[in-house]
This record gives sequence, structure tokens and C-alpha cells, in this order.
Amino acid sequence: MNKSSRKVMSFTGGIHPVSEGKKLTDTHAVHTAPLLERYTVLVQQNAGKAPDVVVKPGDKVLKYQLLAKASGFVSADLHSPTSGEIAGIVEVPGPMGVPALALDIRSDGEDRACEIFAPIPEWRSAEPQVLLQRVADAGLVGMGGASFPTRVKLSIPPGKKVDTLILNGAECEPYLSADHRLMLESPCRVLEGAAIIGHLLGIQNIYVGIEINKHDAIAELERFSEDYGIRIVPLQVQYPQGSEKQLINAIVNRAVPPGGLPADVGCVVQNVGTAAAVSDAVTLGIPLVERIVTVTGKVLKDPGNWKLRIGTPVIKAIEFCGGITAEPSKLILGGPMMGFAQNSYEVPVSKNTSGILLFSRRRALNYSSGSCIRCGRCVQGCPMGLCTCLLATAIEGGRYDLAEQNHVMDCLECGSCAYVCPAHRPLVQTLRLAKAEIRRQRAAAKANGGK
Amino acid sequence: MGINDRVQEKSSVRLPDAKNLVLSSSPHLSSSADVRKIMLLVIFCMLPACGAGVWFFGLPALKVLLLSLFFCVGLEALWCFCAGKPVWGTIGDCSAAVTGILLALNLPPGVPFYVPLVGAALAIWLGKQIYGGLGNNPFNPVLVGRVGLLIALPALMTTWSPARGMAENYPEYQAFGMADPALAAGATSAPMELTTCATPLGVASTLPAPEAGKNRFEKIDNPSMWKEYFIGRQGGCIGETCAPALLLGGILLVIFNLINWRVPLYFAGTVFVLSGIVHFFFPQVTPTPLFHLLTGGLLLGAIFMATDMVTSPITGTGCLIFAVGCGIITTVIRIWGNYPEGVSFSILFMNALVPLIDRWFVKRPFGYTRRRREAK
Repeated sequence: MNKSSRKVMSFTGGIHPVSEGKKLTDTHAVHTAPLLERYTVLVQQNAGKAPDVVVKPGDKVLKYQLLAKASGFVSADLHSPTSGEIAGIVEVPGPMGVPALALDIRSDGEDRACEIFAPIPEWRSAEPQVLLQRVADAGLVGMGGASFPTRVKLSIPPGKKVDTLILNGAECEPYLSADHRLMLESPCRVLEGAAIIGHLLGIQNIYVGIEINKHDAIAELERFSEDYGIRIVPLQVQYPQGSEKQLINAIVNRAVPPGGLPADVGCVVQNVGTAAAVSDAVTLGIPLVERIVTVTGKVLKDPGNWKLRIGTPVIKAIEFCGGITAEPSKLILGGPMMGFAQNSYEVPVSKNTSGILLFSRRRALNYSSGSCIRCGRCVQGCPMGLCTCLLATAIEGGRYDLAEQNHVMDCLECGSCAYVCPAHRPLVQTLRLAKAEIRRQRAAAKANGGK
Repeated sequence: MGINDRVQEKSSVRLPDAKNLVLSSSPHLSSSADVRKIMLLVIFCMLPACGAGVWFFGLPALKVLLLSLFFCVGLEALWCFCAGKPVWGTIGDCSAAVTGILLALNLPPGVPFYVPLVGAALAIWLGKQIYGGLGNNPFNPVLVGRVGLLIALPALMTTWSPARGMAENYPEYQAFGMADPALAAGATSAPMELTTCATPLGVASTLPAPEAGKNRFEKIDNPSMWKEYFIGRQGGCIGETCAPALLLGGILLVIFNLINWRVPLYFAGTVFVLSGIVHFFFPQVTPTPLFHLLTGGLLLGAIFMATDMVTSPITGTGCLIFAVGCGIITTVIRIWGNYPEGVSFSILFMNALVPLIDRWFVKRPFGYTRRRREAK
């Protein structure tokens, strides 16, 4: 295959956000953070149910030791990031804006690890069930942002057949470069993880989709990809290229039906970070207790990519970067398009924290919004093909029924519409409001119908 | 680096204060585009047409352009002041300036000052502000102004002056009712704006019944005249005569992603095809489709008026229906209507249908394929 003349794949719609942000960190190699004296490890770091805590204050724990056990199918185990003592179960500022429970771990400075799993170097001859159990035991969740338990994603519902595994290395969010550095610095971990998931699911077709602004990562993965029988697919630099539905559409040209899952079109999508974590869990036998985080923003003295343990307070990450040069006005966990603004620097890093962003006053400025001039840019930009501005106008007029009819529930909340709007209307925010209201109405109707 | 090194460094590290943090819902970035930039780009795209208007019709056209611009911005400011809206914020979005320039492009050159004044009042107040300002108007404000003037001051709005170059080629333009420069003694010294002429469409609608075996439109509808019309040597509104300038503006608008290319293409295309069909079967009823394309306000209307963001549909399909509708109504009015020109009326009529079009022709969202494509 002629690599240089390959077609660069993409999807319909989407936007092209400013590219400046990635330059802050994408050439910075990943640093490993020094050991801290204290970690506040959030109990719930997965979508679904919070796991049950199995330690109590005063307990001595070792690194990798189980702290909380999955409490159901959609839940994930939690392990200790270091050795030390559980000082208590405390409330800390949570990443979703509400206080959350966390285990306060005082490090003993020795960082002694326990061996909780045996490595499975010969995973090619291992039973899929054994590998799936390992994925569950290692507490793996989707590391792209949704933090959905990986075990659930890899348990294909009966009746569905999957034939394609897609690794998401698009990293379409501006400013983030954690996945980029991971692919560049540990290509074999990513590819091996992909091969393990492929073996687990009995899938031969494995793709890694990467936006072409990461050409060095593409080249690096291509050096080894043939050994693993994996295809690297260059993707157009276009947001939201890394959204599951759009990625599947770009790479294998299948459309996930509304309300459906990738498995409905025979696909499984995993983040490259998750694949690397799968590789670590299987070949090295270590659970997920640290991840690469892009700590960035122009106000930081020395932005970069850091390997941070879960439970690291954000303020410590900022300290690792040499502190600030100007006072930031916004702290965002995740990317600038879909990440969450925070009101405290004490919020800890969790399994799905891909970025810590600090925006200056200028960037964080609250803009005033005007009325819609119907330019149609939001419609062009919507990756789901929604007429966003019309939906927003309907919602503002209280016509939730009209919005529902016109598929507001299919909104991904990627924020493309609000990004491009020249009148700076809060489009995606309005759609979110309607989605919540419609969900509430549906739940109420269901409750009434049940009587 | 060990803990101790870091701890020592810590004292010199400046850390942020959470009190300064603001919260908001994502996305936390926005593009640098805003309404003002869009409007300024539109003005930039209209400059070729303005330049052509001033070149072909001289200083009177420039006077109308500046007056219209001044009145539109001034009346918008006055409205905002009286209504208690932010004055600078509203005229700062430059939409009134766009309206002003477009209104001038839709006026005959050499109209007295009160024509742009009344037009601006109609466009800005009745066409836009009474509905709540930019973005809320159902009808194109410029066309509200123009059609209002057409009804209120029909004589002034249909008095045209000849374009530069027409007097020199007088024999070709005999049918246009101009004073013969050779007959009028000292015609060279006579100011241009005092002479008048008719528009090609006006001539076409008043031509006498044909003699047997002769083409009724022969004198005004032939290849050498098409060339003259294309360049802009024809009577008409300030901005509607010069096709190259309008086409250049249209291409710029498409390049800057300010208009949906479907609208001008399907609008002009529909007029071309429909008038072509009528001409083919009844050559004495209407001139050739090329004549229709190059004369009157079709290009100006299709490129600058029908494409107004606020009053045209959002989706591609909607734009297609809108544009074809405009084309049909324009053709019908031009061929069978009382007015020689129908572009303004057709766009206003279709403007009224835009909310319906928007509701009926929504895009099919992602994943709602009729037939799911299976991968190889």
C-alpha cells in the first residue's frame, strides 16, 4: 500500500477550530510526576454505579491494591495509586461541579507495589474470557472522556456481531496532546493493546484513526502496525473527528442508527489510551492508576504532558508546570470543546482526565449573544445534521415538542454550533436544556403510565 | 527529580487563586467570526457593483449611494435611541450599512435626496426594526424599501438615465427613447443626468405588435446588444446593470461562505429555462432567455437580495425550493405581469414562505439513512 497517497478520511459536517492550542504542548515529551504526600482518589471514576469501598480509614494500603470493588455490571474497580495509609473518606470538589467522595491517601513515600495480577505475556493463546476478566479487574474505563467501563464495552450483547475494532487516536479537541504523545512515545503499547482487544473479541479488522496533524504519530505507529496486522487511517483535521459515530463513519463508512450503539453496525471503538492501559493490565499485570494528562494554557509557565496518578489534585499539576505567569480565569478538565469548567483547584485527576486547561481572562471572557441571523453555519457544522439554530429558536419559545420532533435528542453536545455562531448564541447549551427537559418529561410520563 | 527538590522550588512557584475562576457550560472556545465581520465582508463583496454603478452613471449615482448609506445608518440610530436600544451596539453590527448600500444599488441613478430617505425609513423601520431588529425580519428590508418606493413614487422610480457609452452608440439604442445627441444642439455640454432612457425590459414590454414575418424584439435582443448589456451599457438601477461586477461579487460571497451558491444559480437558472421555453414556442411573446438574464435586476436580485441570510431558508433543499420559486414568479411577472420587472416581488413573496420551507424541509440527521450501507 502506498502510504503517502492514501485518501484522508473524514465525515460530513464539523468545524475547524483554531489549531494554535496544540502547539503549546505537542512537542513536549511526557514527564512522570514526582510522588506526592497526599492523593485524593475519587471513589466514582466511571460512568454508571459507584464502586463499593473495601478499605476503611486507618488501613495501610500498597500501590495497586484494590480500594473499591465494582458494584454491578456498569461499574469499575478502583486501585491505590501509591502505598500509604487511608486517612479518611472525605468530600472534595468533584469534576462535575458537585462535591464528591474521595479516599484521602497519605503516602508513606516508599511507593511499594503489590502484585495483584500475574502478567499474561502469552495472551495470544489465552481464553477471551480470561482477558475480559483482566480488563475488569484492572479497573479499566474509557480514557477518552466518557469513562465508560471497558469491560461493558467489550461485552458484546447477545445477538450482535462485531467485525471491526477502531482505535480512536483522533484527539480532535484543541489544546490536548496527551494521546498524541502516547502514540508517539509508546506505539507498541497502543498496538499491542489493540491486538489484545481484537483477540478478545475475535476481530481481525483493526484500525487506528489519527488526524493528520499528528503525522509523526502516524509514521511511528506505521513502523510497527504491520507486525500486529493493524491498519493506520489518517483522518482530516476536523472536529469532532473523535466522536464515536463520526469516527466509524469516516473509517468504515457505516452510520450508527439514532439511539444505537457502535455494535449495531458491527464496530467497537476504544480510545488509544485505553488500549495502552489494556496492554499494561494484560502483559504487565498492573491496574489503571495513572494516565497521561495535558496540562496546558498560555498562562502556565511551562505547559506540558504529565503522567499523573489518579487522585493528584489539579493544583499540584499546575505546580509541576512551574506555576502560572498570569492569573487564569477558567479551569477546564478535558478539552475546551466538551470539557467541564471547575471552580476549585483541589479537584483531583481521575481516570478520564485527558487535559487540565487554564484559560486567561481574554479566553474565558463571557461574550454577549445577539439574535440569530440565520447564516446557517451551525447547520453546516453540525456533525449530526441537525438544524441547530431552528431548534434553539423553538426551544427558546418553549416548543420542546417541536425540538423533539426535529431530533434534538440526537445532539452529541459536541459544541460545534456554539463555536461557529457569529452571534455567539449559546446553541448547544440551549439544546442541552431541551434534552434534559424532554428526558424529565419522558420519565414523568413513564411514571404516570406505570400507575 | 525528588520530592525535596520540588518542595524547595515551591516557594518561588506562583499558584492561581480559585476565587478568580468563572464557570460556564462547554464549549469554552468560539470562533473569531462575528456578525460585524460578516457584514463587513458583504460590503466588501458589494464594492465591485458600487464601483461599476458610479462608473456607468457618474456622480449622481455616488450621491445616491452615500445618501442611502447615511440615511439607513442614521435612521437605525434614531430608532435605537427612541426605543432605548444600545445605539452603537446596533449600528456597530454594520447591518444597516449593508442595507443602505443595497438600497442604493436598487434605486435609479439621479433620484432626488428624499427617495433614499423614504426608502431608508421603509427599509430600516418597516422592514427591520418593527419586527425587533436584525435577524427577526421576515422580509428582505431592502426590498421592502424598494417596493414601497415603487408604489409610492412610481414616476421617480422608473425614470432612468443612460449609462456611460450609450450616447456614443446612439443608433443602437434608438429604441430606448433617448434624446438623439446629434439632434440636440450642444448635446456634449448637456449634463448627463438630464437625459433619460428606458430599460431594456421596459422597452420590451411596450414594443408595438410585430409586423408580419419580423421579429418583434429584433432591435433590442441580438448578439451585439447582449454584449452591450453584459458590460453594463443599459438603463437601470445603480447596481443592477453591470454583470461582471455582480458576478465577481457573487463569487466572492461564495468564497467567503456568506451565501448558499444554490440560490443565485437556481434562481437565474429557473428564469433562463422558463423564459427559454416560452421564447421557443412563442418568440413574439418574450425575448430570448439571455436577454432576461442580462437585463433588469435578475443578477442583482439572485446574487445579493435572494441570498440575504435572514430571509432565505437554512438548508440546501430549502434554498433550492426558495430559489426555484423566485425564478418562476419572476418569469411569470416579467412575461405576463403589469410590471416589466418581477425580481423584487418574487423574492418578497418567497420570503413569506421561508418559515414554512424551513419547517418542511429539514435535513435528514445522521444515521437516519433510508437504506443502511453495508461495509465490504
